[in-house]
Amino acid sequence: MTTPPLLSMEGIAKSYPGVQALAGVNLALARGEVLALLGENGAGKSTLMKILGGAVRPDAGRIVIEGVERAIRSPLDALGAGVAVIHQEFNLVPALGAADNIFLGQEVARGPAGLALIDRNSQRRRAQALLARLGADFDADTPCRSLSVARQQLVEIAKALAAGARILVMDEPSAALTTPEVAALHDVIRELKRDGTGIVYVSHRLEEIAAVCDRVEVLRDGRNVGGAPVAAVNRSDLIRMMVGRELIEEFPRRTSTPGDVRLIVEGLARGTAVRGVSFEARAGEILALTGLVGSGRTEVLRLLFGADRRDSGTIRLDGRRVEPRSPRAAIAAGIGLLPEDRKLQGLVLGLSVRENFSLPNLARFSRAGIVRQSEEQRACAGSIAALRIKTPRQETAVRGLSGGNQQKVVLAKWLERHCEVLLFDEPTRGVDVGAKVEIYQLMNDLAAAGKVVVMVSSDLPEVLGMADRILVMHDGRITGRIDDASTATQESIMELAVT
Amino acid sequence: MTHDASATVRARPAGNFLGGALSNLGMTWVLLALCLLFSALTWSEQQPGGAAAARGVADDILAAHAPPTRVLVAVRGQPDDVAYADTLAEILRNSGATVVAVVKGEPKEARAALAAANAAAQPLDVIAGSAASAAWALFADLPTDFPALGNPSIVQPRLYAWPNFLKLENLLNIANQIAVIAILAVGMTLVIITGGIDLSVGSLIALASVVTAVLVRDCANGVEAGTLGMVLAGLGGVAVGALAGALSGGVIVAFGIPPFIATLAMMLVAGGGASMLAKGQSVYQVPDAFMWLGRGADLGLPNAVVLVLLLYGIAHFVMTRMTFGRWLLAVGGNREAARLSGVPVAGTLLTAYVLSGALAGLGGVVMASQLKSGSPNFGQMYELYVIAAVVVGGTSLAGGEGSMIGTLVGALIIAVIQNGMNLVGIESYTQRVVLGGVILAAVLLDRLRRR
Repeated sequence: MTTPPLLSMEGIAKSYPGVQALAGVNLALARGEVLALLGENGAGKSTLMKILGGAVRPDAGRIVIEGVERAIRSPLDALGAGVAVIHQEFNLVPALGAADNIFLGQEVARGPAGLALIDRNSQRRRAQALLARLGADFDADTPCRSLSVARQQLVEIAKALAAGARILVMDEPSAALTTPEVAALHDVIRELKRDGTGIVYVSHRLEEIAAVCDRVEVLRDGRNVGGAPVAAVNRSDLIRMMVGRELIEEFPRRTSTPGDVRLIVEGLARGTAVRGVSFEARAGEILALTGLVGSGRTEVLRLLFGADRRDSGTIRLDGRRVEPRSPRAAIAAGIGLLPEDRKLQGLVLGLSVRENFSLPNLARFSRAGIVRQSEEQRACAGSIAALRIKTPRQETAVRGLSGGNQQKVVLAKWLERHCEVLLFDEPTRGVDVGAKVEIYQLMNDLAAAGKVVVMVSSDLPEVLGMADRILVMHDGRITGRIDDASTATQESIMELAVT
Repeated sequence: MTHDASATVRARPAGNFLGGALSNLGMTWVLLALCLLFSALTWSEQQPGGAAAARGVADDILAAHAPPTRVLVAVRGQPDDVAYADTLAEILRNSGATVVAVVKGEPKEARAALAAANAAAQPLDVIAGSAASAAWALFADLPTDFPALGNPSIVQPRLYAWPNFLKLENLLNIANQIAVIAILAVGMTLVIITGGIDLSVGSLIALASVVTAVLVRDCANGVEAGTLGMVLAGLGGVAVGALAGALSGGVIVAFGIPPFIATLAMMLVAGGGASMLAKGQSVYQVPDAFMWLGRGADLGLPNAVVLVLLLYGIAHFVMTRMTFGRWLLAVGGNREAARLSGVPVAGTLLTAYVLSGALAGLGGVVMASQLKSGSPNFGQMYELYVIAAVVVGGTSLAGGEGSMIGTLVGALIIAVIQNGMNLVGIESYTQRVVLGGVILAAVLLDRLRRR
């Protein structure tokens, strides 16, 4: 008789409106195994882990833990089944001490439920022991807000252990750590392995996977692509497995005729997010900034738009210095931004299509602070027709529109403004295929009209299909420049992005 | 939970100018229902009086006695009766009747007039009185007392049934009583639309009333003050409110202090400042003309009511037609999206608090005028009534939506409830309990309607 695996996820499926996030994914984890879960952005890794952690319910499939099928409907269920997820954003109460956080919700207490008194001494002793096992020597009474990120992570791990977790999911655990801290984390993982804890390690960093993981499982487009022992695969195998899909003809053709250099960015920097980024953009071309999430792409656009303050760097447009101290100043200088999260940053969801459309253009539509409604309505009607925005009326709240139409409203704002520089951050995220092509066509039209078009995208086929030139970022720096995008492949970009 | 609430699609003022009124139909119905309720509860017999009653009485006389009719008019000396008698005499004369005498005073004067007519052997067809004078004892046995008069009939205005609540003077009374709260609610609506709150407005009423009264007393010759001096003193009160609003708004914008805390602090500072300035006393050294704003009625409506209507007209225009109104809605709806669209977020927020403070100052000046004094005790708890008016009017405390018409309806609902309960004779302690319940019910109703 063979013992059942620690965890077995079978045929997990989940679809969101318009997207099949997972289409029957299987995942197995043995005791004491560290499994690397790999995949591009949007491959389905995080949805799968949310299902395991009880944050999302699957449409189909079953989860078997140590031979027993478990219905995981909430994070509490997951914890009851021995599964703990350590997210990138920690779930700690900043003002409470490490010990209090570790036993939050499962306090060591004496007395009847509800009226019990917390046994703080015993709790502190046990917390200190757990932390010591993880190699931590700080006082268990230290408030979490005064702990470093690495130490907070240890508190999270201790919390999972205190809850009796045997399956630990770590989502990009090394993202915010320094190199020695990563090494220490790996020591902790090896320690947990020895006790039979199974760990799912989600990461983009291939060298770490080689260092600490036993086996890799690769997802792509919501399906299993393959799995193998770490020792049996090399770096290029993994990259091919991650990206290996065929390019579909979904990008409208355009004859690119790069003209004069219009935008010159030199030494752009902000903290550790952007460390000295320089590039130029020409009229008539589309420039793509790519790289993994967190590599600094979005931050570069935000600095150009004045959404964040830059520490240093000069920006020149047509030879003139631009000082985007605020979005208002950037807009006045002719720069527009389609932010990556249109619901949180691009639109005021409760306002109408017309009101959102007008927001950056109010000065044009008004005299002495009074909005000329006929002018405003005429311009809005014109944009709705030109961009084929599907909305019942101008007065419809944008909240009710589909993702693609919402994105077109954001785009309409900036087109009406006649911006010279348009920054597109994930322009087609959450947009249906039909609207995607229309947005691509508009981007091509802007480039053809001589505007500066800079796009950030995690979608490599989109980058390859749209861009004339590609800049690849990693860790706040440009690590690769591909001057002829037609020579690039997803593999070559990924190679530059993961370093 | 808050997130769920904000995810539901809500009615909002449409672009057209009167759209705001329509989007708050729900609360308008509540207001009408309350008016109907209090009308029904205060339905009672009314004594017509004054010039208005004269027409009906004249018609009655002329219908029963075709001219040439001989009429004696006898009423009490009160202004209402005098107006009635003069108008009636004029109508009767113009219609060809003979008005033998018009008596305005005591029963003995009427007796003298009757005696004179009796002595002259002039018969009378009609004696017209008011409801009070028609009941005078001397008219009880005329054929015996004054045989030469014939048998004149006694005519008085007919009684009619009408709700006390719906009498013009009561309606104006409601409007006048709510004026201060309604003025403050304009500014509060601006602030709440941005997602903030202004707790300092009640104290600013006290501060502005004291500043205005002290300025009149100390800088404009007190009870001898001229118009210019009083206007400048009133502007001083408004300016103090605006300054306080600028301080609260500045702290909120520059340091990111929660509006609740910043304006709570300002509430204490302004309230204490008012007491310090007035040395804990009322300041009443102001001339009678000081009451022009709060008690005067130059255009047929009380001046305070005219001011309220004017302010709501302007505020509604600002919210629906001006760039600033759009900025307020955008900043309250999604501050980050507004910023990334080039909206001057800090300036918009600051302006909202300055306006709220200035309007609270104006409310303080109006109250000082109504009560002919300034006092640190004015405006206590008003911030809560003002917030209630705004919320009952359909403006979301989460920000990003709201309308001025709604706020006016909300203020009227609160005023009607208070006034109606007064008319029905409910004592003030009970009134507060009921008012609290009604505010909760109104907001719950609104929430249900929007589901």
